[in-house]
Amino acid sequence: MSSTPDMTAGRRQPLHARRVEFVREKIDASACGVVEKPLTVWEKIYNIGALRKIFILLALAALWQAYALWLGKSLLFPSFSATVTAFWQGIESGELLQRAWHSISVLLMGYACGIALAALLTVAAISTRIGNDFLETMTAMLNPLPAIALLPVALIWFGLGSASLVFVLVHSVLWPVALNTHSGFLAVSNTLRMVGRNAGLEGARYVTAILIPAAFGSILTGLKIGWAFSWRTLIAAELVFGVSSSSGGLGWFIYVSKNDLEIANVFAGLFTVIVIGLFVENVIFRNIELRTVRRWGMQA
Amino acid sequence: MHERQPAQPAAGAADEPPLLEVSGVTLQYKTEDHLITATYRVDFRVFRSDRYILLGPSGCGKSTLLKAVGGYLSAVEGTIRLKGEAISRPGPDRMMVFQEFDQLLPWKTVKQNVMFTLVKSGRLKGKAAEERALHYIEKVNLTQFVDSYPHMLSGGMKQRVAIARAMAMEPDILLMDEPFAALDALTRRKMQDELLQLWDDTRFTVLFVTHSILEAINIGSCILLLSPHPGQVKAELNSSGIDEVDEASGLRLSDRIHKLLFSDQIEAQERTPHV
Repeated sequence: MSSTPDMTAGRRQPLHARRVEFVREKIDASACGVVEKPLTVWEKIYNIGALRKIFILLALAALWQAYALWLGKSLLFPSFSATVTAFWQGIESGELLQRAWHSISVLLMGYACGIALAALLTVAAISTRIGNDFLETMTAMLNPLPAIALLPVALIWFGLGSASLVFVLVHSVLWPVALNTHSGFLAVSNTLRMVGRNAGLEGARYVTAILIPAAFGSILTGLKIGWAFSWRTLIAAELVFGVSSSSGGLGWFIYVSKNDLEIANVFAGLFTVIVIGLFVENVIFRNIELRTVRRWGMQA
Repeated sequence: MHERQPAQPAAGAADEPPLLEVSGVTLQYKTEDHLITATYRVDFRVFRSDRYILLGPSGCGKSTLLKAVGGYLSAVEGTIRLKGEAISRPGPDRMMVFQEFDQLLPWKTVKQNVMFTLVKSGRLKGKAAEERALHYIEKVNLTQFVDSYPHMLSGGMKQRVAIARAMAMEPDILLMDEPFAALDALTRRKMQDELLQLWDDTRFTVLFVTHSILEAINIGSCILLLSPHPGQVKAELNSSGIDEVDEASGLRLSDRIHKLLFSDQIEAQERTPHV
């Protein structure tokens, strides 16, 4: 405050004798030089995240191999090398790739439909109160319902074929994506909303220009969960109800291999499921994350 | 610092209609269990190129008043007119600068943030929008940060971007809601001087909310004092940018404001016996 408290100045004297005031010139600090020490080779290697993860994978593979050799029952637990051989043969013959592609194409169809429906529901939920109530009630009812439990109903309605699978996939994607997107929209800061309205944005333009990017972190989480749920649901559905032996997916491949007692092939099938999962998580989603929320400083 | 005269010889010259006219405005908002009257029958007029300050302690409804001018909430009674037209909703003719640092879109770079409103409001497109954005980014001295994302900037730099974004729209009136309140004292002082330099360049009209008496005197050409619970107009004072002694009262401007704002409290204190 500028009203200087002159009358109290006497009471605010320091307890000690007054210090001598001083002002200094800036001195040249360049002579000191930059002190730095390069990291050792080992520290540099340890700093690469991918290498650390590869090391863990190699250790696990070694453990697997050692245990399988010690057990010596290839029918119960084939060794890592046997699994890799079966995997390689499956790739070479084209069967595994074809099965995987079949699964993935059905999956993508369901995933896309699920996301489109989730988008419709969440936009309805943020624009109207009844839409909000509808989404809340539907997610509360249907989110806990395992998608696979709907398969018998789907088979009655749509028959044996991709349509039933797509139906259960939509169910497994829709609710987690809608739930996460909606809570992301609700968490958008009031200031950002006001900035959007200040620019004259309304309706769909407001949603695409403000809400979706501002809630992108939550949306991405929803997409990841939706992906994991749908992948799981698909393999499980194919295991239980192989669509038809000629055009079945990975789940069917695992099921048939088990019936033929080709246990290495069962493991190769599981291995493929894992590899695809790792690829989607660590390459696709990771890159989307790096290019969006990480770049924008919205996620550490 | 040189003195900044008002753009017109006398503020409120009769020949020019006011840019913004707030007359008899009562504002209310609801919380969980209360209906709160933020301001009661507030009147004031802002002319072109005014640096009009709303000053008052917390609870005087100054931010609510600014939001009403922004079109974010409507008055229970009274009217708010911009160029003679009643304000009904937010729009790019009144650009807001908020106190919060999160007013920048984190997914856009500095340049894209400044271009955002220009493009989304349909004011300018493509190259023209970019040129305008770069021009105002240069005015706030952030040219070397055009491609940075907001999370890489300091608080003061973020506020500069927000000011550039608002000014690039060349709005009828700039609405500033304590834009420097969250900054440290040294940065705040620097930003105030920069704002005045920008005003020297473009002579924009600004309605500025603050709770700092010194900031009001430094920035404002005209200061509206509001008293709290509910917010009512207490006084309207002119400021030359310097804390001068007023001849009539023999007091410095800051002391006059201090007295006007806190006179009720001082009286109340005097009535209570000293312990």
